[in-house]
Amino acid sequence: MPNSDFIQKLWELGPTLAEHTPHGKKLGIKFVAVDKGRATMSLPYNPELIGDPDTRVLHGGAVTTLLDQACGLAAIAGFSEPSACATLNLSIDYMRAATPGETIIAQAHCYKATKHVAFLRAVAHDGDETDPIATAQATFMATGLRNVESMSW
Amino acid sequence: MVSHENIEKAIARIPYAQTLGVKHLFIGDELTLIMPYIESNIGNPMLPALHGGSISGLMEIAAIVQLMKEQDGGKLPKPIGINVDYLRKGNPKDTYARAIIFKQGSRVANVRVRAWQEDYEKPIAAMHGHYLMAKKG
Repeated sequence: MPNSDFIQKLWELGPTLAEHTPHGKKLGIKFVAVDKGRATMSLPYNPELIGDPDTRVLHGGAVTTLLDQACGLAAIAGFSEPSACATLNLSIDYMRAATPGETIIAQAHCYKATKHVAFLRAVAHDGDETDPIATAQATFMATGLRNVESMSW
Repeated sequence: MVSHENIEKAIARIPYAQTLGVKHLFIGDELTLIMPYIESNIGNPMLPALHGGSISGLMEIAAIVQLMKEQDGGKLPKPIGINVDYLRKGNPKDTYARAIIFKQGSRVANVRVRAWQEDYEKPIAAMHGHYLMAKKG
């Protein structure tokens, strides 16, 4: 697949993954951008995702889900051949609480992809990349083209 | 040790736990969380499979609730870091999670969580995390 066609397909796939899956829709995840090996998604503040009712801070699990989703798209965008993928491992460090009311942005980068495995780093922040809420390191496994087609390629 | 009734109240107060549909079950004193199948936890409707984030969310709630159970209530512990291994596809079925506190320090706790569906011996995911405990008093 020529590079420009691949990128074009990724721009079609991004909103499908982020916003049109039942869980993405429930949380309110939004697709922002995608490029070769890179993806950005956002999560507007949603009171249904609060983890601590006293502080109204979002639950870590919501941040985890956003990072997982952004890494998933960046992994697909990182493989040389179009392929669906599955999370093998996701490691997250929480630096600080997400500010109540603020949209969280997750930027993921596939820094290495072998034939079957993609290695990613991601950061979640609420506007200032140098003041992260959380950082992630993830590995994803390519699961083949058949599943990609099932994701409406 | 927090009472069973207070665990129920604590889970009911966490909006994110309600969004995932998380409930709890005690067998004696052992706490298991259940995430009954609901469509809104699906991440891939074509397979279909639960979203890895909903499984991870269940395990993160299990870790926090287990830590609350072992301490005398109060403020919620804060996550410092988690590491999740996804072992099998999450089928559109009820999912269970059970947490074990490997080490409880005065400020930091190390917790391990297993998530499974029909067979405890075939976990779909495993997590370990460390948490900052709220200061007492």
